[in-house]
Amino acid sequence: MDLAYTPRQKAFREEVRAWLAANLPREPLASYDTREGFEQHREWERKLFDARLSMVIWPEALGGRGCDLIEWLIFEEEYYGAGAPMRVNQNGQLLLGPTLIEFGTEEQKARFLPRMASSEDMWAQGWSEPNAGSDMAAITSKAILSADGTHYVVNGQKTWSTRASFADWLFGLFRSDPGSSRHHGLSYLAVPLDAPGVTIRPIQALNGKQAFAEIFFDDVKVPVENRIGDEGQGWHVAMATAGFERGLLLRSPARFQYTARRLVELYKANREVADRDPSIRDAVIEAWTGTEAYALSAYHTVGRLAKGARIGAEASTNKIFWSELDLKMHETAMRILGPFAELTGDAPEAREAARWLDGFLFAQAGPIYAGTNEIQRNIIAERMLGLPK
Amino acid sequence: MDFTFTDDQLTFREAVSRFLMTEAAPEMLREIWETDSGRSPELRKNIAEQGLTALSVPEDCGGLGMDDVAWALMTQELGYYAIPDSLADAAYVAAGLITALPAGTASREEWLARIAEGSIRIAVGHPVNPLVADANPANLLLLADGDAVHAVPREQVDVEANPSIDLSRRLARVRWTPATATLIADGESGRALWAQTLNRGVLSAAGQLLGLAQRMLDLSVDYVAQRKQFGKPIGSFQAVKHHLADVATKIEFAKPVLYRAAYALAHGEAGADARVSHAKLACGEAAWLAARHGIQVHGAMGYTWEVDLQMFMKRAWALDAAWGDRGFHKARVADAILVEGAALGPGHTFEE
Repeated sequence: MDLAYTPRQKAFREEVRAWLAANLPREPLASYDTREGFEQHREWERKLFDARLSMVIWPEALGGRGCDLIEWLIFEEEYYGAGAPMRVNQNGQLLLGPTLIEFGTEEQKARFLPRMASSEDMWAQGWSEPNAGSDMAAITSKAILSADGTHYVVNGQKTWSTRASFADWLFGLFRSDPGSSRHHGLSYLAVPLDAPGVTIRPIQALNGKQAFAEIFFDDVKVPVENRIGDEGQGWHVAMATAGFERGLLLRSPARFQYTARRLVELYKANREVADRDPSIRDAVIEAWTGTEAYALSAYHTVGRLAKGARIGAEASTNKIFWSELDLKMHETAMRILGPFAELTGDAPEAREAARWLDGFLFAQAGPIYAGTNEIQRNIIAERMLGLPK
Repeated sequence: MDFTFTDDQLTFREAVSRFLMTEAAPEMLREIWETDSGRSPELRKNIAEQGLTALSVPEDCGGLGMDDVAWALMTQELGYYAIPDSLADAAYVAAGLITALPAGTASREEWLARIAEGSIRIAVGHPVNPLVADANPANLLLLADGDAVHAVPREQVDVEANPSIDLSRRLARVRWTPATATLIADGESGRALWAQTLNRGVLSAAGQLLGLAQRMLDLSVDYVAQRKQFGKPIGSFQAVKHHLADVATKIEFAKPVLYRAAYALAHGEAGADARVSHAKLACGEAAWLAARHGIQVHGAMGYTWEVDLQMFMKRAWALDAAWGDRGFHKARVADAILVEGAALGPGHTFEE
């Protein structure tokens, strides 16, 4: 155990810090759940990419910087600590990206990854269907290989696809063996969203914006070169993606530590009002203890990975931990803000309250997306504790 | 930056675990509970023969010179087996205090040598604990008179037993009169010694609580996998699964907090107080939840004397408020994070 950063790690931190200080947008970007904000975030991603800071852990040849996971944690700390914009292309970069690196052909990596790193291509997910939510193996959308073997013909419907209204591509699971059931006979495809036969219908989310969409496929032709992994092996490939999602990459600790710091500041600035309810002080303390615990767990895991360990079902404890912590922190902020908490960004007296409200609304989704916390608890019980199905 | 244990440290932990598995089996715990002293000279002798009493005694006094990080692993094993012995109080907490004394103070070197060989029991009367654990069987007591530290032979104190629900804990009110002959540190140095001793005591309790939480989880998993109702193991029901998944999650996120605290202590970091208190809170909460959900999934069996769970629950309930209760530790964390200019947020987990 040696908890000192190396000179190289410190230099990297300084470099990232200096770059962010010089390049952060002066005004906050519009919400990435709107077309305007989405494109603003795309421009920001391009800027990050040009500085080789968009995907620091990817190999240089793929548009990354070849950083190790400790350097990635440092990057995240500086990035979120500076209050930099949310990552609009995270579903592609953090979910599909690692999957392509593990399962993609060389041709696919070269075709997809650099454009993903630069956000020229924005990616949406295609997992859930109207009757396949927590029970993802109930997928019925079909992808039938053409007689000449050159393309799939895709029919069916996907839903809850984040920011699909604005995205360029979709990745997801389709049933390629029509006689199959459950986890078998599924294939993992990348589908261009401008292909003929694709219809995208936005779904208005809790925040009133088009945060996600449902997507209809009507005889959509997808070249066989867009299949990631082997025919019929989609479930295996997708589980790797889901593992990454629940795991570290998508929800690095820095984001939550930044929220905790803001919450402490909010509490200190409103202490006279907040202390009328003594449980608020406890909740503020727990924001710090919880986010530190999450960060420490990440460093511990990264260290174990570097020594050859693999992340197993304990990744599911991460999902439960950060999603409940994030919700609790935002609830606490709402309680401190009291009668101002309900004010939207259009309210002249909202000040910082509107930002907390946005975060509070989004935090409601945390225990639901990426596998509900009930599903995560089942996974922990069955795969980590070995309890019977 | 490497926040993991070395192979040597993990091997050491394995060895301690294997040793205690046979030496501190639940049947033996029950036997020792029934005795008047609540202590087994044979167990202590076996512990000493394994070298476990010598862990943090400096090498020049016949010890192994291990630091707080090793104790973060060791105390988890002590908790996991709920050993009926105050080993950590003497071999870690008291050893740390005595080691920190200037060479030649009182019988410093002799005490350390005797701790290492396991021939002395030392009770620590830190002011944060109103009662002193193991005062009666102790040979020597480290007691506080304000900031002053006194090393008082057992025969010079009056001891009144205060039985605990955890029959392994032997608590006592200690009455004594400070004298120059027993004074070993005073003023600023006394205050510093008590402050370090507090952190070691807290870390020791935190590690034991985490070990207890893991033990209660393991017992509960075993129980719900074999107990059948409605024709199936009750562990197949989601309500039961989710109780235990919550315990596993608490434990998972308490571990690295304990390790961070141990490192802060071993390296004398300025922020060590808050780290150590954080560890106590996290490990205490994990242990209490493991007890609460553990008894629930054991059903009526969990409420009996017969089932082993009770021994671990009682230790957890007791240790949660030993070496500072939750209010005490929350206040220490609050002091650190609410102070003007506190280094909080991303990038401050390892550096100020």
